[in-house]
Amino acid sequence: MTRKATRTFLYLPLLLGAVVMVFPFVWMVLTSLKPLPEIYTLSWWPQNPTLANYRTILQLHPFGRWFLNSLLVAFLTTLSMVLLSSITGYTLAKLSFPGKTAVFVLILATMFIPTELLVIPWYAMAVSYGWVDTYWGILFPGLIHAFGVFLMRQFFFSVPDELLDAGRVDGLSEFGVFARVALPLMKPALGALAILNFVGNWNAFLWPLIVTSRRELFTLPVGLALFSGEAGVQWNLITAGATLTVLPTVVVFLLFQRAILESIATSGLKG
Amino acid sequence: MSLARRRALWAYTFILVPLAIFFFFRIVPMFQAFYLAFTRWHADPAQRAFVGFANFQRLLTDTRFLQAVRNMGFYLLIAVPGQVILGLGLALLLQAIRRGRGFFRAVYFLPYITPAVAISWAWSFMLSPHLGVINAIFRRLGLPPQPFLTSPSQALPTVATIVIWQFVGFHMVLFLVALANIPRELYEAARIDGAGSFGMFRYVTLPLINPTLVLSLVLATGSPTIGILQLFTQVLNLRFYDPGGPIGSTATVVLYMYQAGFKQFDLGYAAAVAVLLFLAIVAITFVQYRLTARRIEG
Repeated sequence: MTRKATRTFLYLPLLLGAVVMVFPFVWMVLTSLKPLPEIYTLSWWPQNPTLANYRTILQLHPFGRWFLNSLLVAFLTTLSMVLLSSITGYTLAKLSFPGKTAVFVLILATMFIPTELLVIPWYAMAVSYGWVDTYWGILFPGLIHAFGVFLMRQFFFSVPDELLDAGRVDGLSEFGVFARVALPLMKPALGALAILNFVGNWNAFLWPLIVTSRRELFTLPVGLALFSGEAGVQWNLITAGATLTVLPTVVVFLLFQRAILESIATSGLKG
Repeated sequence: MSLARRRALWAYTFILVPLAIFFFFRIVPMFQAFYLAFTRWHADPAQRAFVGFANFQRLLTDTRFLQAVRNMGFYLLIAVPGQVILGLGLALLLQAIRRGRGFFRAVYFLPYITPAVAISWAWSFMLSPHLGVINAIFRRLGLPPQPFLTSPSQALPTVATIVIWQFVGFHMVLFLVALANIPRELYEAARIDGAGSFGMFRYVTLPLINPTLVLSLVLATGSPTIGILQLFTQVLNLRFYDPGGPIGSTATVVLYMYQAGFKQFDLGYAAAVAVLLFLAIVAITFVQYRLTARRIEG
């Protein structure tokens, strides 16, 4: 076999695998466009494609509200995470102060605590402070994460001290040096961190499931799970809800594919 | 005030809020979790009691917990090598082709960033014995229909396969970077020395990607987001009517913790499960690093 033929041969498993990867999404979208009877007749392609399923879940069920809840929670946690991670990362990389090593070790240690261990005391905390069924209750665990701090710390190391000193000579305060000199250099890193964090929060399930019990406060994944649990065999509605839940992540991925893949690759730590 | 002191003051101001968050929402709760594991929980704080190792003793004779632990062994055995080997295989294939690399990379990576809840329901529908498309395809091909998630013997491998499907792209990306970092001259040198493609893989590729192999293995086992040891969302949503079933065959430790803590509100018992899980993750990760690091030079 020539090398060219060998290479062509490699596409066979890749294409087959690609079909396996994409098919569940295609089938989900196709099913969401079918009226209920077609679920039973096992039609491959929708015979009478309809958007009625989407109308049903948005008008008769609170999917719209859940979508906005998820958007709000993901947006606020991402904002907080990016701001707090960058100022902490900057401080650890560029300022010296007594106790720096202790602070570093403390933050590092939190990276190894699994969420599963924390949800129980978080829940006890949420109960005693009345945070159950509040937005604050859903988002407080995501305000900052050690991963973000270390990522930003790594990036701030690359900023030359001379640049910061120049800012100081120009009369900027320490905060001014951070905000006006260092931070603007971090735009690509901040973008990647924000995107990953947004997607991670959008997909979060365990904690929002625990801390919410009122329908109005559900995030989209929690709402989808509990709605689907009650929907029985109305797979047309379930798949419409699932499509709605998947859609934003696919859009974000297509728009920022490069940044996402690069940050996964460079950090590898996120995991 | 000296310049150094003033800068240190700024530094403390900068990290005051973030540090307080780390302290009150992560460090303190961690100790609370350890403490809770030694208590009997009650909604009324006055009735909570310190019970020593009673929760742990109860776990050792709790057949449902022990079954979940045994299940974890099977999940690890199937899904960890599955993800790592397939991820590496895909990366090698992508490395070898010229056209369409970006396309395939995107396609294989896609399931990793989509919400596990939605994906699980989509798969749950596809695998439904009577209405599912997988059995419809099986019938077309003349194969007998399968019970999949409704069978005690098939359910766990089915869940594990879906997990592999979702996370294989993540490992592929890790390996793609590692492969791209291998200097081409090394392959040239190996070819001059008479190495075939297997020899090059064995003596050039494998030793050089070993750190990534270790990372991939460790993340697949115990990472906070994709680690098999933390498997929960897929298991709960794939069989929402009877999570962990049929007859406990797909139950995971985190699912068991969730049910004990937030269905039966036995938070002390759930904390004991979580503490054991935490210790298991630390121990297994440590062993994996030790065992695999020794093999680096091959």
